[in-house]
Amino acid sequence: MSSLILRTATRYLVPLLLLFSIYLLLAGHNYPGGGFVGGLAAAAGLALYALAFDVRSARTMLRLTPTGVSALGLMLAALSGLPGILRGSSFLTGKWMVAYLPGFDPIKIGTPVLFDLGVYLVVLGVTMSIIFALAEEES
Amino acid sequence: MELLMAIVIGFLYAAGVFLMQRRNMVKFLVGLALLSHGANLLIFTAGGFTRGSPPIIPEDADVAPILHADPLPQALILTAIVISFAVLAFALILFLRAYQTTGTDDLHDLRSTDT
Amino acid sequence: MMTVLTMLALAGFFAPRLYRAWGARTAGRLALAPALAFAYFASRLSAIRGGETIRASFEWIPVLGFEFSLQMDGLGLLFALLIAGIGAFVVWYAGAYLKEDPAAPRFIAALLLFMTSMLGVVLADNVIALFVFWELTSFTSYLLIGHHHEEEKSRKAALQALLVTGLGGLFLLAGLLLLGQAAGSYNLSGILAADSLSSHPLFNPALALLLVGAFTKSAQFPFHFWLPNAMAAPTPASAYLHSSTMVKAGVYLLARLHPACADSAIWQAVVPAIGAATLVIGATMAYGQTILKRLLAYTTVAALGGMTMLLGLGQTLAIKAAVVFLLAHALYKAALFLVAGIIDHETGEKDVLKLGGLRRALPFTALGAGLAALSMMGLPPFFGFLAKETLYSAAQQPTLLAASVIGGVFFLVVACLTGLKPFFGAERDTPRHPHEAPIAMWIGPLAMGLLSLSFGVFAPWVGPTLIAPAASAIAGEPLTAKLALWHGWNRELQWSLATLALGLVAFASLRALRPIMPAFARLRAWGPERGYEAALNGLVAAAGAQTRLLQNGSLRYYLLATLLFVLATGGWFFWRLVEWPAPGAGTPVRLIDAVILSLILLSTVGAIFSRSRMAAFASLGVAGYAIAIFFVLYGAPDLAMTQLVIETLTVILLVLAFYHLPPLHPRTPVRGRVFDLVPSVLVGSLMAALTLAANRANLAPSISSYFSANSWTNAYGKNIVNVILVDFRALDTLGEISVLLIAGLGAIALLKLRAPGKGGGGAP
Repeated sequence: MSSLILRTATRYLVPLLLLFSIYLLLAGHNYPGGGFVGGLAAAAGLALYALAFDVRSARTMLRLTPTGVSALGLMLAALSGLPGILRGSSFLTGKWMVAYLPGFDPIKIGTPVLFDLGVYLVVLGVTMSIIFALAEEES
Repeated sequence: MELLMAIVIGFLYAAGVFLMQRRNMVKFLVGLALLSHGANLLIFTAGGFTRGSPPIIPEDADVAPILHADPLPQALILTAIVISFAVLAFALILFLRAYQTTGTDDLHDLRSTDT
Repeated sequence: MMTVLTMLALAGFFAPRLYRAWGARTAGRLALAPALAFAYFASRLSAIRGGETIRASFEWIPVLGFEFSLQMDGLGLLFALLIAGIGAFVVWYAGAYLKEDPAAPRFIAALLLFMTSMLGVVLADNVIALFVFWELTSFTSYLLIGHHHEEEKSRKAALQALLVTGLGGLFLLAGLLLLGQAAGSYNLSGILAADSLSSHPLFNPALALLLVGAFTKSAQFPFHFWLPNAMAAPTPASAYLHSSTMVKAGVYLLARLHPACADSAIWQAVVPAIGAATLVIGATMAYGQTILKRLLAYTTVAALGGMTMLLGLGQTLAIKAAVVFLLAHALYKAALFLVAGIIDHETGEKDVLKLGGLRRALPFTALGAGLAALSMMGLPPFFGFLAKETLYSAAQQPTLLAASVIGGVFFLVVACLTGLKPFFGAERDTPRHPHEAPIAMWIGPLAMGLLSLSFGVFAPWVGPTLIAPAASAIAGEPLTAKLALWHGWNRELQWSLATLALGLVAFASLRALRPIMPAFARLRAWGPERGYEAALNGLVAAAGAQTRLLQNGSLRYYLLATLLFVLATGGWFFWRLVEWPAPGAGTPVRLIDAVILSLILLSTVGAIFSRSRMAAFASLGVAGYAIAIFFVLYGAPDLAMTQLVIETLTVILLVLAFYHLPPLHPRTPVRGRVFDLVPSVLVGSLMAALTLAANRANLAPSISSYFSANSWTNAYGKNIVNVILVDFRALDTLGEISVLLIAGLGAIALLKLRAPGKGGGGAP
């Protein structure tokens, strides 16, 4: 399954794919992208890595277990609903903070970003857990 | 265009249903995938067609231009795509495990119930 | 009132835990809870006597305008006193009765919870609260009847009681809701205050439903059969539920609704007739029984019939008679049940024919039993005498009077058999050598026996204090009740003497009639219980048949059943409702559209006809990529990207699974495949029609414009699709990612978790 060319290409492709997935996640609120597609792109990168090398090293790259990643994501998404409640609105109401850094455009940080990060992690975790499990079935 | 879409969607559904009636597991999976394609396109068509103008507010504006694609069906389809992927993966693994355990890929033979 | 209910419920919930700490003494201590409740209710006597009603309420479901409200008037207070007072004795008694039973904590807990729900029934003002408490009594009584769940007879009886009374409860709910609709209020006080309720078109259906509910609960003919069977319960439960409290819930309901319903023709025709029929049937069926508890159970059925009959008559005299009867019956019948339990407990014998001479071994029990029996026989100066006298004077019609006298005669026989015969005559050998029961057990019957006596003696006090407030609540207008033992040499007294004489003759001829009793019992087998059995068996058979039909295990069959249902309902909808769009209108087709759509069509055809797995997956991939391009063309970059990545991932998935998957080979013969085309083409056509219709449909204004307008200004996001997903409709997305996670966990569970020893993927 693995060839030298694929391995070499993967070494360069995977960081790019992961970087792209994070761009998709962060830019997703204003440009095409978002947690779903970001998570899928990251999953594609890791899957490529698993194909080119082996599942064990791909698992090491992920650090957490895939199920752990998705559980963390679901927890983040749920937690992002709490500020809304604490400020007297309903669950999952978006709340924003604006940070002014001299020399930059104002940076807006809000619970929807956290929610999107949760989506990203859930999608990544679920996809990886399925792909890893299937790939390990082979051996 | 709408009539053409209706034909394509009807065809996707018909093909999906036909394949899901096959006795082979792989055919069933392909049918399931075609069926979800049909469903996604159906939701998309229901929202109407707007060419080339995505539901994204331009850099220098506060609201979207008058004519832009309907964002609502897109949001629905986006999650539907991901979920149908998960369902497909689940069905694939289910069949895989059933095949390994029972030694048959014939859905007709997998009919013992708990009762 | 709320505090009282809460206290009892808490006592019930914590009973098993307290049992662990206190052991066998627990029940005696827990009996303090109902005793306290009794003290509270007793302290309200003078206020209620003065015409007050006590209310307590809090907001329950404010959105629906439901208020959890309790209200206590004379009727509620009388019932509450009985429930709490008898309840205290019964809890104490049960602790001693079930001393050796390891499941005693459960029983005491269920008993206290039952008490809470029963108090809830008689104190609830809101009809929904009434219904909830009503069903809770059915439910807790199921637990109590089925206490000996290792015996099939208990389980069957418990289920029967639950089904009959629970089903009746559903009728009650429907009736109460209709009545509330008609009256414009879901509070009993509001319903009773409503004007010209009985001319409302919903009134008669509501009344019919309510009567079914009341009749099932109070074991009226033809639903009476569950009550004698419920004697499978431990005796404390029988004494409490099946004589003095739960079965009177139906009577309570009739009494409660009396002011609103008693004028109606249905009420006046049905209620007395059913009541009289039940009275006669219960009384005659008791004759010939020899098991202590069954004797008492059948006379309970008869007594409930008597109360129902009186409530159906509608005159003030009959109302007062019903209240007196209710109080008298609760006292003597609970006492006699408890006595039956003591006899069974101490001697191990349930058959009255094999009992005798127990008065020396069980002196206190014998005293209590004797007092209660004399009251049940209707002898002066006992309270039961007053009950019988008022019953006779209220039953003016000859048929009703005849029914009452028949009831009185058999009551007398049963009272002799259960309260006197076991204690007098020669001593008999019994399975166990009898000793006097502990005080916890004999105190209840003795107290209730003494009350039966003193209520008779102090009738002039009982009348205005207990009877008049309850009767006023039933009548809906203030009544006075003067009770006295001596009314002169009148018609009632003459009938009383006749009853006494006939009863003694019937008692004496019991032995002579014994041989023909089995024939009588065979007749009973044809009663309405047969209908119940048939209905239950039919239900089970029907469930089995439909399960075998619908759940036959073939995936293809399930698919077809679902599809045919969709086709039938969806097709009907289109046929009837959809206006077909005029052809020709719509977005013009460009060359690129035609190319992409043909690509989708062609790859689908490829997927259908491909002979290898690889070709099928490749065709599927082409279709997916074509759809992604289609999304690009029509302003959906997010969808296009997602679709592209998903297609890639699907390919990876299928490649990984490829070597594990079976190869393709056609199995269905060509004829079968042609047959499969039929549903496929039908579904395809339906969906094509749906596409056309959905595109034109404009059922409601789209909410998309709201999203477009507020996406940046309110939610600080320029990608509207993303803002919908993570902000506007974030809760939906949260649900979707949860589904995703569950699907992932399911897949892992299938692949990774295997039963030990079975793993290893057995296929070649």
